[in-house]
Amino acid sequence: MTTRPPVPAHPRLGTRLAYRLQRVLRPRPGLRWLGARIEASGLARPLFTTTERLTKETLFGCRMCGQCALPVTGYVCPMGCPKELRNGPCGGVGADGGCEVYPQMRCVWVEAYERAASQGRAADLRLLHLPIDHRRWGESSWLNYWQGRDEALWIREAGDTGDDRHVPHHQPALGGS
Amino acid sequence: MSLRDRLTSGSFAVTAEISPPRGASTDPIAATAALLRDWVDAVNVTDNQGSNVRLASWAGSLAALHAGLEPVMQMTCRDRNRIALQSDLLGASALGIRNILVMTGDHPKFGDHPEAKPVFDLDSVQLLWTLRHMRDQGAVLSGRALKPPPDCFLGAVENPSAPPAEFRADRLGKKIDAGAQFVQTQFVFDVAAFARWMSRVRDLGLHQRCYILAGVGAVRSRNALDFMRDKVPGVHVPDDVYRRLRAVPADQTAAEGARLAAETVQQLSAIDGVAGVHLLVAGNEQAVPGILDEAGVRAVRDGG
Repeated sequence: MTTRPPVPAHPRLGTRLAYRLQRVLRPRPGLRWLGARIEASGLARPLFTTTERLTKETLFGCRMCGQCALPVTGYVCPMGCPKELRNGPCGGVGADGGCEVYPQMRCVWVEAYERAASQGRAADLRLLHLPIDHRRWGESSWLNYWQGRDEALWIREAGDTGDDRHVPHHQPALGGS
Repeated sequence: MSLRDRLTSGSFAVTAEISPPRGASTDPIAATAALLRDWVDAVNVTDNQGSNVRLASWAGSLAALHAGLEPVMQMTCRDRNRIALQSDLLGASALGIRNILVMTGDHPKFGDHPEAKPVFDLDSVQLLWTLRHMRDQGAVLSGRALKPPPDCFLGAVENPSAPPAEFRADRLGKKIDAGAQFVQTQFVFDVAAFARWMSRVRDLGLHQRCYILAGVGAVRSRNALDFMRDKVPGVHVPDDVYRRLRAVPADQTAAEGARLAAETVQQLSAIDGVAGVHLLVAGNEQAVPGILDEAGVRAVRDGG
């Protein structure tokens, strides 16, 4: 489990390719079965989690919060924001798009907006991300995702429909449809 | 008339920001409240502004309330986790503090304790959502019931001039969805950029779901001007504003800054959808009557 402080990371995976890979990874019976087998194994589970960590750390600067938001943030990790904001940029972004805390780095949300918008996915950034569960740091978010434990991470708030209830929103962006 | 009633009635609202003292006395707040009471509808009490330790926001808000001035208690996500934040809302509501302004907060790096642990357990959108949930569902995040639930009027902040400009109005929309009933903006020095943001806000219909108070600052010295331009995160001082304030002799910067503020108040009040102004004058509260008088806001309010 990582303990390093959050620092904005620039993703090394192109936006279009990231969305394509997402389609491969989306939950389906085969992956659910595989996930359950991995979770049940004392050897496979840590190996799988380490593989995920190394992959996502390299590609996205992942810090293993275990509750991955990448599919709806243009594949820019929001946990690299020094304030770990999951709902968009703070008010301190520099005029050049630089992070308030690390001015030489780009704000992760400026980059997320540009990447998502470039693929027609700017609306993803309007989703309301609920408070995360801090007990899940270090867990594999791929396993959590396949097992459907990530489904309440974000919701589409009532404002979109004029309805005053919270409507649970099941990963709209993940199907690529 | 309360801030909420003022806004609901449709007449122009004015709020101002004050910083609590760095010390264990609320006397300075009582003095400031006496100065501002007849000029503003409510006063924001900052929450360890700029990540510098000051008297607690709830205590400063209570002092303002006792001095006859309605407080807007600022609450940042920087120093407290979800347990403390929910507890603070209950305390504030129980003490009669109704207006809560939610913001992310500056990073500790910028303050007098840069070595402190940044908390940021919730972000500002999540905190708005949490507080609304407490009020409307009568329960804390864990689901436990509140008896009685808090009563509160929830506010948010937004910075219309910060990148990504195309997303800033949508971000306000998110905050409104989460629970914001009013918003106070960061300093507006660039009125044209603010007007562009407001145009997008109106396109989304957000001005009909949330009261928008535009932030106006009064620069009082050349040092303050440079500090504002170079050091305050997210504040954009356009070149023409900078040149105008540098063009007058140094001892007249404060007067010119107040004049500029008054003009800005007038320009902003003419923009469709602007419900009021928020004067960001912490430490310079004595400038408030002059600015409002010159802007003719008193007359507007008396007539409205």
